Amino acid sequence: MEGMSSDTLGARRVADLRLDFPVFRDAGEHAPAYLDSAATSQRPARVLDAEREYLEHHLAPVHRGASAAVGRSTTLFEDARATVARFVGAGERELVWAENATDALNIVALGMADASAGLGGAEASRFALHPGDELVVVEAEHHANLIPWQRLAARTGAVLRPVRVDARGLWGPAELAAVLSPRTRVVAFAEVSNVTGFLAPVAELVALVRERSPEALVVLDACQSVPHRPSDLAASGVDFAAFSGHKMLGPNGIGGLYGRAELLDALPPARTGGSTITRVTLEHAEFLPAPHRFEAGTQPVSQVVALAEAARYLDELGMAEVARHESALAARMAEAVAELPGVRLIGPPPGEERAGLVSVVVDDVHAHDVGQYLDEAGVVVRVGHHCAQPLHRALGVTATTRASAHVYTTEDEVDRFIDALGGVRRFFGVAGAGEQTGVVA
Amino acid sequence: MSGLEGLYQQIILDHSKARHGDGPLEHAAAEHHEYNPTCGDELTMRIRLDDAGERIEELAWQGDGCSISMASASALVDLMAGRTLEEAGERIDAFRAMLRSQGAGEPDEELLEDAIAFHGVSKYVMRVKCAMLSWVALEACLTEARATRG
Repeated sequence: MEGMSSDTLGARRVADLRLDFPVFRDAGEHAPAYLDSAATSQRPARVLDAEREYLEHHLAPVHRGASAAVGRSTTLFEDARATVARFVGAGERELVWAENATDALNIVALGMADASAGLGGAEASRFALHPGDELVVVEAEHHANLIPWQRLAARTGAVLRPVRVDARGLWGPAELAAVLSPRTRVVAFAEVSNVTGFLAPVAELVALVRERSPEALVVLDACQSVPHRPSDLAASGVDFAAFSGHKMLGPNGIGGLYGRAELLDALPPARTGGSTITRVTLEHAEFLPAPHRFEAGTQPVSQVVALAEAARYLDELGMAEVARHESALAARMAEAVAELPGVRLIGPPPGEERAGLVSVVVDDVHAHDVGQYLDEAGVVVRVGHHCAQPLHRALGVTATTRASAHVYTTEDEVDRFIDALGGVRRFFGVAGAGEQTGVVA
Repeated sequence: MSGLEGLYQQIILDHSKARHGDGPLEHAAAEHHEYNPTCGDELTMRIRLDDAGERIEELAWQGDGCSISMASASALVDLMAGRTLEEAGERIDAFRAMLRSQGAGEPDEELLEDAIAFHGVSKYVMRVKCAMLSWVALEACLTEARATRG
Protein backbone atom coordinates (compact mmCIF):
# COMPACT_ATOMS: atom_id res chain seq x y z
CA MET A 1 0.00 0.00 0.00
CA GLU A 2 3.00 2.28 0.46
CA GLY A 3 3.08 5.20 -1.89
CA MET A 4 -0.61 4.88 -2.64
CA SER A 5 -2.37 8.19 -2.23
CA SER A 6 -5.20 8.32 0.22
CA ASP A 7 -6.24 11.90 -0.43
CA THR A 8 -8.57 10.83 -3.22
CA LEU A 9 -11.38 8.34 -3.16
CA GLY A 10 -12.48 7.31 -6.62
CA ALA A 11 -13.21 10.43 -8.62
CA ARG A 12 -13.39 12.63 -5.52
CA ARG A 13 -10.87 14.37 -3.32
CA VAL A 14 -11.39 13.42 0.32
CA ALA A 15 -11.23 17.14 1.19
CA ASP A 16 -14.28 17.74 -1.02
CA LEU A 17 -16.11 14.67 0.15
CA ARG A 18 -15.81 15.90 3.74
CA LEU A 19 -18.03 18.85 2.84
CA ASP A 20 -20.88 16.36 2.44
CA PHE A 21 -20.71 15.87 6.23
CA PRO A 22 -22.09 18.78 8.31
CA VAL A 23 -19.84 17.91 11.24
CA PHE A 24 -16.71 18.49 9.15
CA ARG A 25 -18.13 21.22 6.91
CA ASP A 26 -19.13 23.37 9.89
CA ALA A 27 -16.07 22.74 12.05
CA GLY A 28 -13.64 24.05 9.44
CA GLU A 29 -9.94 23.41 9.55
CA HIS A 30 -9.67 23.12 13.29
CA ALA A 31 -11.96 20.15 13.63
CA PRO A 32 -10.63 17.41 15.88
CA ALA A 33 -9.42 14.36 13.99
CA TYR A 34 -12.34 11.96 14.39
CA LEU A 35 -10.75 8.51 14.49
CA ASP A 36 -13.54 6.61 16.23
CA SER A 37 -15.60 5.59 13.20
CA ALA A 38 -15.34 1.91 14.07
CA ALA A 39 -17.61 2.78 17.00
CA THR A 40 -19.93 5.22 15.22
CA SER A 41 -19.50 6.88 11.86
CA GLN A 42 -20.48 10.43 10.95
CA ARG A 43 -23.41 10.98 8.56
CA PRO A 44 -23.57 12.92 5.31
CA ALA A 45 -26.25 15.61 5.03
CA ARG A 46 -28.15 13.64 2.38
CA VAL A 47 -28.66 10.76 4.83
CA LEU A 48 -30.05 13.16 7.43
CA ASP A 49 -32.14 14.84 4.71
CA ALA A 50 -33.60 11.51 3.58
CA GLU A 51 -34.77 10.77 7.08
CA ARG A 52 -36.27 14.22 7.51
CA GLU A 53 -37.93 14.11 4.06
CA TYR A 54 -39.62 10.85 4.98
CA LEU A 55 -40.75 12.18 8.35
CA GLU A 56 -42.03 15.47 6.92
CA HIS A 57 -43.85 14.13 3.88
CA HIS A 58 -44.34 10.37 3.95
CA LEU A 59 -44.75 9.28 7.57
CA ALA A 60 -47.36 6.54 7.81
CA PRO A 61 -47.51 2.94 9.01
CA VAL A 62 -46.23 0.16 6.78
CA HIS A 63 -47.83 -3.18 5.87
CA ARG A 64 -51.21 -2.42 7.46
CA GLY A 65 -54.36 -0.53 6.56
CA ALA A 66 -55.53 0.41 3.10
CA SER A 67 -54.75 4.10 2.60
CA ALA A 68 -52.62 5.50 -0.20
CA ALA A 69 -50.32 6.94 2.47
CA VAL A 70 -49.68 3.46 3.83
CA GLY A 71 -49.02 2.29 0.30
CA ARG A 72 -46.39 5.00 -0.25
CA SER A 73 -44.74 4.41 3.09
CA THR A 74 -44.68 0.65 2.52
CA THR A 75 -43.14 1.12 -0.92
CA LEU A 76 -40.39 3.34 0.51
CA PHE A 77 -39.78 0.81 3.28
CA GLU A 78 -39.49 -2.17 0.94
CA ASP A 79 -37.55 -0.24 -1.72
CA ALA A 80 -35.05 0.62 0.99
CA ARG A 81 -34.76 -3.08 1.81
CA ALA A 82 -34.05 -3.85 -1.83
CA THR A 83 -31.39 -1.13 -1.96
CA VAL A 84 -29.58 -2.29 1.17
CA ALA A 85 -29.94 -5.96 0.17
CA ARG A 86 -28.26 -5.22 -3.17
CA PHE A 87 -25.56 -3.28 -1.35
CA VAL A 88 -24.61 -6.26 0.84
CA GLY A 89 -25.21 -8.92 -1.82
CA ALA A 90 -28.38 -10.44 -0.40
CA GLY A 91 -31.72 -11.34 -1.93
CA GLU A 92 -34.58 -9.08 -0.80
CA ARG A 93 -36.15 -11.86 1.22
CA GLU A 94 -32.78 -12.50 2.81
CA LEU A 95 -32.51 -9.19 4.65
CA VAL A 96 -34.26 -8.78 7.99
CA TRP A 97 -34.28 -5.40 9.71
CA ALA A 98 -32.76 -5.47 13.17
CA GLU A 99 -31.83 -2.73 15.62
CA ASN A 100 -28.14 -3.24 14.97
CA ALA A 101 -25.62 -6.08 14.53
CA THR A 102 -25.96 -7.07 18.19
CA ASP A 103 -29.70 -7.45 17.77
CA ALA A 104 -29.25 -9.38 14.52
CA LEU A 105 -26.94 -11.90 16.19
CA ASN A 106 -29.41 -12.28 19.04
CA ILE A 107 -32.22 -13.03 16.56
CA VAL A 108 -30.22 -16.05 15.35
CA ALA A 109 -29.14 -17.28 18.79
CA LEU A 110 -32.58 -16.82 20.35
CA GLY A 111 -34.24 -18.46 17.34
CA MET A 112 -32.00 -21.47 17.85
CA ALA A 113 -32.92 -21.52 21.53
CA ASP A 114 -36.60 -21.58 20.57
CA ALA A 115 -35.96 -24.39 18.09
CA SER A 116 -34.11 -26.29 20.81
CA ALA A 117 -37.18 -25.93 23.02
CA GLY A 118 -39.29 -27.55 20.31
CA LEU A 119 -40.83 -24.40 18.82
CA GLY A 120 -41.10 -23.95 15.07
CA GLY A 121 -42.12 -27.47 14.15
CA ALA A 122 -40.24 -29.98 12.06
CA GLU A 123 -38.73 -27.33 9.77
CA ALA A 124 -37.01 -25.69 12.75
CA SER A 125 -35.48 -28.95 13.98
CA ARG A 126 -32.36 -28.25 11.93
CA PHE A 127 -31.59 -25.46 14.43
CA ALA A 128 -32.25 -27.54 17.56
CA LEU A 129 -29.23 -28.06 19.80
CA HIS A 130 -28.65 -30.98 22.12
CA PRO A 131 -26.35 -31.41 25.12
CA GLY A 132 -22.81 -31.92 23.88
CA ASP A 133 -23.30 -30.04 20.61
CA GLU A 134 -20.54 -27.53 20.07
CA LEU A 135 -20.58 -23.77 19.41
CA VAL A 136 -17.33 -22.38 18.06
CA VAL A 137 -16.47 -18.73 18.72
CA VAL A 138 -13.22 -16.85 18.30
CA GLU A 139 -11.41 -15.52 21.35
CA ALA A 140 -11.14 -12.15 19.57
CA GLU A 141 -14.89 -11.67 19.16
CA HIS A 142 -16.79 -8.59 20.21
CA HIS A 143 -19.04 -9.44 23.18
CA ALA A 144 -22.01 -9.15 20.78
CA ASN A 145 -20.81 -12.26 18.95
CA LEU A 146 -19.89 -14.11 22.14
CA ILE A 147 -22.47 -13.61 24.87
CA PRO A 148 -25.52 -14.67 22.76
CA TRP A 149 -23.71 -17.97 22.13
CA GLN A 150 -22.80 -18.34 25.82
CA ARG A 151 -26.48 -17.94 26.67
CA LEU A 152 -27.52 -20.37 23.94
CA ALA A 153 -25.08 -22.94 25.34
CA ALA A 154 -26.46 -22.42 28.84
CA ARG A 155 -30.03 -22.89 27.60
CA THR A 156 -29.36 -26.05 25.61
CA GLY A 157 -26.43 -27.88 27.19
CA ALA A 158 -24.27 -27.17 24.16
CA VAL A 159 -20.57 -26.51 24.77
CA LEU A 160 -18.63 -23.39 23.78
CA ARG A 161 -15.37 -24.15 21.97
CA PRO A 162 -13.06 -21.12 21.61
CA VAL A 163 -10.68 -20.54 18.71
CA ARG A 164 -7.50 -19.22 20.34
CA VAL A 165 -5.57 -16.18 19.13
CA ASP A 166 -1.81 -15.65 19.10
CA ALA A 167 0.20 -12.95 20.90
CA ARG A 168 -0.85 -10.37 18.29
CA GLY A 169 -4.52 -11.31 18.58
CA LEU A 170 -4.54 -13.18 15.25
CA TRP A 171 -5.96 -16.53 14.20
CA GLY A 172 -6.64 -18.43 10.99
CA PRO A 173 -7.73 -21.68 9.39
CA ALA A 174 -5.28 -23.79 11.42
CA GLU A 175 -6.60 -22.46 14.75
CA LEU A 176 -10.18 -22.99 13.56
CA ALA A 177 -9.44 -26.52 12.32
CA ALA A 178 -8.14 -27.38 15.81
CA VAL A 179 -11.61 -26.97 17.34
CA LEU A 180 -13.98 -28.06 14.54
CA SER A 181 -15.67 -31.43 14.95
CA PRO A 182 -18.68 -33.31 13.56
CA ARG A 183 -20.59 -31.99 16.58
CA THR A 184 -19.95 -28.34 15.73
CA ARG A 185 -23.30 -26.65 15.12
CA VAL A 186 -22.33 -22.97 15.00
CA VAL A 187 -19.14 -21.20 13.92
CA ALA A 188 -19.27 -17.48 14.74
CA PHE A 189 -16.58 -14.98 13.79
CA ALA A 190 -16.08 -11.42 12.62
CA GLU A 191 -15.00 -10.70 9.07
CA VAL A 192 -12.98 -7.77 10.45
CA SER A 193 -11.88 -7.63 14.08
CA ASN A 194 -12.89 -4.38 15.75
CA VAL A 195 -9.64 -4.42 17.76
CA THR A 196 -6.91 -5.98 15.63
CA GLY A 197 -8.09 -5.00 12.13
CA PHE A 198 -7.55 -8.63 11.11
CA LEU A 199 -9.40 -9.62 7.93
CA ALA A 200 -10.71 -13.15 8.19
CA PRO A 201 -10.32 -15.22 5.00
CA VAL A 202 -14.06 -15.92 4.88
CA ALA A 203 -14.21 -18.20 1.81
CA GLU A 204 -11.39 -20.40 3.07
CA LEU A 205 -12.88 -20.62 6.55
CA VAL A 206 -16.35 -21.47 5.21
CA ALA A 207 -14.89 -24.25 3.04
CA LEU A 208 -13.09 -25.65 6.07
CA VAL A 209 -16.28 -25.64 8.14
CA ARG A 210 -18.26 -27.39 5.38
CA GLU A 211 -15.60 -30.11 5.15
CA ARG A 212 -15.09 -30.75 8.87
CA SER A 213 -18.46 -29.84 10.34
CA PRO A 214 -21.27 -30.37 7.82
CA GLU A 215 -23.94 -29.67 10.46
CA ALA A 216 -22.54 -26.26 11.39
CA LEU A 217 -24.05 -22.86 10.58
CA VAL A 218 -21.56 -20.10 9.82
CA VAL A 219 -22.51 -16.80 11.46
CA LEU A 220 -20.55 -13.76 10.32
CA ASP A 221 -20.29 -10.53 12.28
CA ALA A 222 -19.96 -8.17 9.32
CA CYS A 223 -20.44 -4.88 11.16
CA GLN A 224 -16.80 -3.83 10.64
CA SER A 225 -16.69 -5.05 7.03
CA VAL A 226 -19.98 -4.04 5.36
CA PRO A 227 -19.28 -0.30 5.92
CA HIS A 228 -15.72 -0.49 4.61
CA ARG A 229 -15.33 -3.00 1.78
CA PRO A 230 -17.33 -4.68 -0.97
CA SER A 231 -19.74 -7.26 0.42
CA ASP A 232 -21.37 -10.15 -1.36
CA LEU A 233 -22.89 -12.06 1.50
CA ALA A 234 -24.76 -14.61 -0.62
CA ALA A 235 -21.60 -15.44 -2.56
CA SER A 236 -19.50 -15.62 0.60
CA GLY A 237 -21.18 -18.89 1.55
CA VAL A 238 -21.99 -17.88 5.13
CA ASP A 239 -25.38 -18.80 6.56
CA PHE A 240 -26.06 -15.64 8.54
CA ALA A 241 -24.43 -12.22 8.75
CA ALA A 242 -25.04 -9.12 10.86
CA PHE A 243 -24.33 -5.43 10.32
CA SER A 244 -25.18 -2.02 11.83
CA GLY A 245 -26.43 1.15 10.16
CA HIS A 246 -24.63 3.62 12.41
CA LYS A 247 -21.22 2.32 11.36
CA MET A 248 -22.01 2.77 7.64
CA LEU A 249 -22.86 6.50 7.63
CA GLY A 250 -26.47 5.67 8.53
CA PRO A 251 -28.75 6.09 11.53
CA ASN A 252 -28.65 4.51 14.96
CA GLY A 253 -31.32 1.95 15.76
CA ILE A 254 -31.25 0.16 12.43
CA GLY A 255 -29.17 -2.73 11.18
CA GLY A 256 -29.54 -5.89 9.19
CA LEU A 257 -29.55 -9.64 9.52
CA TYR A 258 -28.67 -11.53 6.37
CA GLY A 259 -29.69 -15.18 6.22
CA ARG A 260 -29.99 -17.69 3.42
CA ALA A 261 -33.69 -17.68 2.48
CA GLU A 262 -34.32 -21.33 3.30
CA LEU A 263 -32.79 -20.84 6.75
CA LEU A 264 -34.66 -17.63 7.56
CA ASP A 265 -37.95 -19.24 6.54
CA ALA A 266 -37.33 -22.05 9.04
CA LEU A 267 -35.79 -20.14 11.96
CA PRO A 268 -38.35 -19.50 14.72
CA PRO A 269 -38.95 -15.79 15.38
CA ALA A 270 -37.77 -15.16 18.93
CA ARG A 271 -39.67 -11.87 19.15
CA THR A 272 -43.28 -12.16 18.17
CA GLY A 273 -46.25 -9.86 17.78
CA GLY A 274 -48.11 -7.87 15.17
CA SER A 275 -47.06 -8.03 11.51
CA THR A 276 -45.21 -11.34 11.80
CA ILE A 277 -48.12 -13.72 11.36
CA THR A 278 -50.49 -15.36 8.92
CA ARG A 279 -53.23 -16.93 11.06
CA VAL A 280 -53.77 -16.40 14.77
CA THR A 281 -56.18 -18.15 17.09
CA LEU A 282 -56.39 -17.84 20.86
CA GLU A 283 -54.17 -20.90 21.18
CA HIS A 284 -51.82 -20.65 18.24
CA ALA A 285 -50.03 -18.45 15.70
CA GLU A 286 -48.55 -19.20 12.31
CA PHE A 287 -45.79 -17.03 10.94
CA LEU A 288 -45.07 -15.33 7.64
CA PRO A 289 -42.03 -16.32 5.64
CA ALA A 290 -38.89 -14.21 6.00
CA PRO A 291 -38.20 -11.41 6.32
CA HIS A 292 -41.46 -10.26 7.89
CA ARG A 293 -41.74 -13.14 10.35
CA PHE A 294 -38.94 -11.43 12.33
CA GLU A 295 -40.20 -7.84 12.18
CA ALA A 296 -42.63 -7.67 15.06
CA GLY A 297 -44.35 -4.42 15.88
CA THR A 298 -43.95 -0.98 14.37
CA GLN A 299 -40.71 -0.72 12.43
CA PRO A 300 -38.19 2.17 12.45
CA VAL A 301 -39.19 3.24 8.95
CA SER A 302 -37.42 6.61 8.81
CA GLN A 303 -34.15 4.98 9.86
CA VAL A 304 -34.63 2.28 7.21
CA VAL A 305 -35.15 4.93 4.53
CA ALA A 306 -32.06 6.84 5.67
CA LEU A 307 -29.96 3.68 5.79
CA ALA A 308 -30.80 3.04 2.13
CA GLU A 309 -29.56 6.57 1.36
CA ALA A 310 -26.30 5.79 3.18
CA ALA A 311 -25.93 2.61 1.10
CA ARG A 312 -26.48 4.63 -2.10
CA TYR A 313 -23.90 7.19 -0.98
CA LEU A 314 -21.30 4.49 -0.30
CA ASP A 315 -22.19 2.71 -3.53
CA GLU A 316 -21.58 5.90 -5.51
CA LEU A 317 -18.16 6.27 -3.89
CA GLY A 318 -17.46 2.64 -4.79
CA MET A 319 -16.72 0.16 -2.05
CA ALA A 320 -13.53 -1.08 -3.68
CA GLU A 321 -12.26 2.51 -3.59
CA VAL A 322 -13.41 2.90 0.02
CA ALA A 323 -11.46 -0.23 0.97
CA ARG A 324 -8.37 0.95 -0.90
CA HIS A 325 -8.51 4.38 0.77
CA GLU A 326 -8.87 2.96 4.26
CA SER A 327 -6.27 0.24 3.78
CA ALA A 328 -3.78 2.90 2.67
CA LEU A 329 -4.50 4.92 5.83
CA ALA A 330 -4.21 1.81 8.00
CA ALA A 331 -0.88 0.91 6.41
CA ARG A 332 0.35 4.44 7.04
CA MET A 333 -0.68 4.21 10.71
CA ALA A 334 0.70 0.69 11.21
CA GLU A 335 4.09 1.59 9.73
CA ALA A 336 4.39 4.77 11.78
CA VAL A 337 3.25 3.15 15.03
CA ALA A 338 5.78 0.34 14.60
CA GLU A 339 8.54 2.98 14.62
CA LEU A 340 7.45 4.60 17.90
CA PRO A 341 9.49 3.56 20.94
CA GLY A 342 7.47 2.05 23.77
CA VAL A 343 4.38 1.56 21.61
CA ARG A 344 3.14 -1.93 20.74
CA LEU A 345 1.01 -2.49 17.64
CA ILE A 346 -1.76 -5.09 18.05
CA GLY A 347 -2.87 -7.16 15.06
CA PRO A 348 -1.18 -7.71 11.69
CA PRO A 349 2.40 -6.36 11.52
CA PRO A 350 3.21 -3.56 9.07
CA GLY A 351 3.19 -4.80 5.49
CA GLU A 352 0.39 -7.28 6.10
CA GLU A 353 -3.16 -6.56 5.04
CA ARG A 354 -5.38 -4.97 7.68
CA ALA A 355 -8.69 -3.15 7.78
CA GLY A 356 -8.73 0.60 8.40
CA LEU A 357 -7.93 0.63 12.08
CA VAL A 358 -5.02 0.19 14.46
CA SER A 359 -4.96 -0.58 18.16
CA VAL A 360 -1.91 0.01 20.30
CA VAL A 361 -0.58 -0.47 23.79
CA VAL A 362 1.66 2.31 25.13
CA ASP A 363 4.08 0.80 27.63
CA ASP A 364 3.69 2.11 31.19
CA VAL A 365 0.75 4.38 30.32
CA HIS A 366 -2.85 3.26 30.79
CA ALA A 367 -5.05 3.49 27.68
CA HIS A 368 -7.38 5.98 29.38
CA ASP A 369 -4.48 8.33 30.01
CA VAL A 370 -3.39 7.88 26.39
CA GLY A 371 -6.90 8.73 25.22
CA GLN A 372 -7.06 11.79 27.46
CA TYR A 373 -3.76 13.08 26.11
CA LEU A 374 -4.83 12.49 22.49
CA ASP A 375 -8.20 14.15 23.12
CA GLU A 376 -6.44 17.25 24.40
CA ALA A 377 -4.28 17.16 21.24
CA GLY A 378 -7.44 17.20 19.10
CA VAL A 379 -7.45 13.52 18.20
CA VAL A 380 -10.57 11.50 19.01
CA VAL A 381 -9.82 7.80 19.52
CA ARG A 382 -11.40 4.95 21.45
CA VAL A 383 -9.80 3.56 24.59
CA GLY A 384 -10.86 0.58 26.64
CA HIS A 385 -11.50 -3.08 25.98
CA HIS A 386 -13.68 -2.35 22.91
CA CYS A 387 -16.22 -4.93 24.10
CA ALA A 388 -13.62 -7.66 23.64
CA GLN A 389 -12.42 -8.55 27.13
CA PRO A 390 -11.33 -12.13 26.32
CA LEU A 391 -9.11 -10.81 23.52
CA HIS A 392 -7.50 -8.24 25.81
CA ARG A 393 -6.96 -10.92 28.45
CA ALA A 394 -5.23 -13.04 25.81
CA LEU A 395 -3.04 -10.05 24.93
CA GLY A 396 -2.21 -9.54 28.60
CA VAL A 397 -3.65 -6.02 28.81
CA THR A 398 -6.84 -4.52 30.23
CA ALA A 399 -7.26 -1.87 27.57
CA THR A 400 -5.93 -0.62 24.24
CA THR A 401 -6.10 2.61 22.26
CA ARG A 402 -7.75 2.37 18.85
CA ALA A 403 -7.75 4.75 15.88
CA SER A 404 -10.15 3.90 13.06
CA ALA A 405 -10.76 5.43 9.64
CA HIS A 406 -13.72 5.87 7.30
CA VAL A 407 -14.36 7.38 3.90
CA TYR A 408 -13.81 10.93 5.21
CA THR A 409 -10.55 10.27 7.07
CA THR A 410 -7.51 12.15 5.79
CA GLU A 411 -3.79 11.50 5.83
CA ASP A 412 -3.42 14.66 7.89
CA GLU A 413 -5.72 13.22 10.56
CA VAL A 414 -3.82 9.96 10.90
CA ASP A 415 -0.53 11.91 10.95
CA ARG A 416 -1.87 14.04 13.81
CA PHE A 417 -2.70 10.82 15.64
CA ILE A 418 0.82 9.48 15.15
CA ASP A 419 2.44 12.78 16.20
CA ALA A 420 0.35 12.99 19.35
CA LEU A 421 0.90 9.32 20.18
CA GLY A 422 4.63 9.95 20.00
CA GLY A 423 4.37 12.51 22.80
CA VAL A 424 2.45 10.39 25.30
CA ARG A 425 5.33 8.67 27.08
CA ARG A 426 7.23 11.89 27.61
CA PHE A 427 4.20 13.67 29.06
CA PHE A 428 3.63 10.90 31.60
CA GLY A 429 7.30 10.81 32.48
CA VAL A 430 8.00 7.26 31.34
CA ALA A 431 10.03 7.96 28.18
CA GLY A 432 13.52 6.49 28.34
CA ALA A 433 16.62 8.66 28.03
CA GLY A 434 17.23 9.57 24.41
CA GLU A 435 13.79 8.33 23.41
CA GLN A 436 12.70 10.38 20.46
CA THR A 437 9.27 11.78 21.11
CA GLY A 438 6.72 13.54 19.02
CA VAL A 439 5.54 17.07 19.57
CA VAL A 440 1.95 18.01 20.09
CA ALA A 441 0.98 21.11 18.17
CA MET B 1 -1.84 22.11 26.93
CA SER B 2 -2.91 23.93 30.05
CA GLY B 3 -6.14 21.91 30.30
CA LEU B 4 -4.27 18.64 30.38
CA GLU B 5 -1.81 19.96 32.94
CA GLY B 6 -4.74 21.04 35.09
CA LEU B 7 -5.93 17.44 35.04
CA TYR B 8 -2.57 15.74 35.41
CA GLN B 9 -1.02 17.98 38.04
CA GLN B 10 2.52 17.04 39.03
CA ILE B 11 1.35 15.82 42.42
CA ILE B 12 -1.02 13.40 40.64
CA LEU B 13 1.68 12.11 38.31
CA ASP B 14 3.96 11.67 41.34
CA HIS B 15 1.32 9.76 43.31
CA SER B 16 0.57 7.54 40.29
CA LYS B 17 4.17 6.31 40.46
CA ALA B 18 4.62 6.35 44.27
CA ARG B 19 1.40 4.42 44.90
CA HIS B 20 1.33 4.85 48.69
CA GLY B 21 -0.44 1.96 50.40
CA ASP B 22 -0.11 -0.35 47.41
CA GLY B 23 0.07 -3.86 48.83
CA PRO B 24 -1.63 -6.49 50.97
CA LEU B 25 -2.84 -5.94 54.53
CA GLU B 26 -2.97 -8.59 57.26
CA HIS B 27 -5.88 -8.87 59.72
CA ALA B 28 -8.14 -6.48 57.81
CA ALA B 29 -11.34 -5.51 59.60
CA ALA B 30 -13.01 -4.83 56.27
CA GLU B 31 -12.27 -5.39 52.62
CA HIS B 32 -14.00 -4.25 49.45
CA HIS B 33 -13.41 -4.80 45.74
CA GLU B 34 -14.42 -2.19 43.18
CA TYR B 35 -14.49 -2.72 39.42
CA ASN B 36 -15.11 -0.24 36.64
CA PRO B 37 -16.46 -2.29 33.72
CA THR B 38 -16.08 0.52 31.20
CA CYS B 39 -12.29 0.59 31.48
CA GLY B 40 -11.43 -2.59 33.37
CA ASP B 41 -9.85 -0.75 36.30
CA GLU B 42 -10.12 -2.63 39.57
CA LEU B 43 -9.05 -2.15 43.13
CA THR B 44 -9.37 -3.94 46.46
CA MET B 45 -9.27 -1.76 49.58
CA ARG B 46 -8.49 -3.18 53.04
CA ILE B 47 -8.58 -1.39 56.39
CA ARG B 48 -7.39 -2.37 59.88
CA LEU B 49 -8.90 -0.61 62.91
CA ASP B 50 -7.58 0.16 66.38
CA ASP B 51 -8.69 -1.97 69.34
CA ALA B 52 -11.71 0.24 69.98
CA GLY B 53 -12.82 -0.14 66.38
CA GLU B 54 -13.02 3.66 66.11
CA ARG B 55 -9.97 4.61 64.10
CA ILE B 56 -8.32 3.47 60.85
CA GLU B 57 -4.98 2.17 62.04
CA GLU B 58 -3.80 1.21 58.58
CA LEU B 59 -5.25 0.98 55.09
CA ALA B 60 -3.86 -0.58 51.93
CA TRP B 61 -5.01 -1.43 48.44
CA GLN B 62 -4.15 -3.60 45.49
CA GLY B 63 -5.29 -2.78 41.99
CA ASP B 64 -4.63 -1.87 38.45
CA GLY B 65 -5.80 1.12 36.49
CA CYS B 66 -5.09 4.48 34.93
CA SER B 67 -2.87 7.11 36.48
CA ILE B 68 -5.86 9.00 37.90
CA SER B 69 -7.25 5.98 39.75
CA MET B 70 -3.86 4.86 41.03
CA ALA B 71 -2.82 8.36 42.13
CA SER B 72 -6.16 8.88 43.83
CA ALA B 73 -5.74 5.68 45.86
CA SER B 74 -2.25 6.78 46.87
CA ALA B 75 -3.44 10.23 47.98
CA LEU B 76 -6.34 8.61 49.83
CA VAL B 77 -3.96 6.53 51.92
CA ASP B 78 -1.96 9.62 52.93
CA LEU B 79 -5.13 11.42 53.95
CA MET B 80 -6.94 8.63 55.81
CA ALA B 81 -4.36 6.81 57.92
CA GLY B 82 -5.15 7.45 61.61
CA ARG B 83 -8.58 9.00 60.99
CA THR B 84 -11.70 7.97 62.89
CA LEU B 85 -14.44 6.35 60.81
CA GLU B 86 -16.44 9.58 61.07
CA GLU B 87 -13.55 11.77 59.94
CA ALA B 88 -12.93 9.43 57.01
CA GLY B 89 -16.59 9.49 56.01
CA GLU B 90 -16.65 13.28 56.14
CA ARG B 91 -13.61 13.44 53.82
CA ILE B 92 -15.12 10.97 51.35
CA ASP B 93 -18.23 13.15 51.18
CA ALA B 94 -16.11 16.25 50.55
CA PHE B 95 -14.07 14.50 47.87
CA ARG B 96 -17.22 13.33 46.10
CA ALA B 97 -18.74 16.82 46.23
CA MET B 98 -15.53 18.24 44.74
CA LEU B 99 -15.57 15.72 41.89
CA ARG B 100 -19.21 16.45 41.12
CA SER B 101 -18.54 20.20 40.96
CA GLN B 102 -17.59 20.22 37.24
CA GLY B 103 -14.78 22.59 38.07
CA ALA B 104 -16.87 25.01 40.10
CA GLY B 105 -16.17 26.28 43.60
CA GLU B 106 -13.18 25.95 45.85
CA PRO B 107 -12.36 22.57 47.35
CA ASP B 108 -12.00 22.33 51.15
CA GLU B 109 -8.23 22.17 51.56
CA GLU B 110 -8.47 21.84 55.35
CA LEU B 111 -10.42 18.60 54.94
CA LEU B 112 -8.86 17.20 51.79
CA GLU B 113 -5.24 18.44 51.98
CA ASP B 114 -3.26 17.26 48.92
CA ALA B 115 -6.32 15.49 47.51
CA ILE B 116 -7.57 18.89 46.29
CA ALA B 117 -5.24 18.26 43.34
CA PHE B 118 -8.06 16.13 41.93
CA HIS B 119 -10.34 19.16 41.63
CA GLY B 120 -9.28 19.37 37.96
CA VAL B 121 -10.66 15.90 37.32
CA SER B 122 -14.18 17.20 37.96
CA LYS B 123 -14.12 18.94 34.57
CA TYR B 124 -13.65 15.60 32.82
CA VAL B 125 -16.89 13.70 33.38
CA MET B 126 -15.50 10.51 31.86
CA ARG B 127 -12.70 10.44 34.46
CA VAL B 128 -14.63 11.14 37.67
CA LYS B 129 -15.20 7.42 38.17
CA CYS B 130 -11.45 6.82 37.94
CA ALA B 131 -10.74 9.24 40.77
CA MET B 132 -13.62 7.88 42.88
CA LEU B 133 -12.68 4.19 42.57
CA SER B 134 -10.63 3.87 45.78
CA TRP B 135 -12.80 6.30 47.72
CA VAL B 136 -15.94 4.30 46.95
CA ALA B 137 -14.08 1.14 48.00
CA LEU B 138 -13.08 2.76 51.31
CA GLU B 139 -16.63 3.97 51.86
CA ALA B 140 -17.86 0.37 51.53
CA CYS B 141 -15.17 -0.73 54.01
CA LEU B 142 -16.36 1.90 56.51
CA THR B 143 -19.94 0.68 56.16
CA GLU B 144 -18.81 -2.88 56.74
CA ALA B 145 -16.69 -1.85 59.74
CA ARG B 146 -19.61 0.06 61.32
CA ALA B 147 -21.91 -2.93 60.80
CA THR B 148 -19.41 -5.20 62.52
CA ARG B 149 -18.98 -2.72 65.36
CA GLY B 150 -22.74 -2.70 65.80
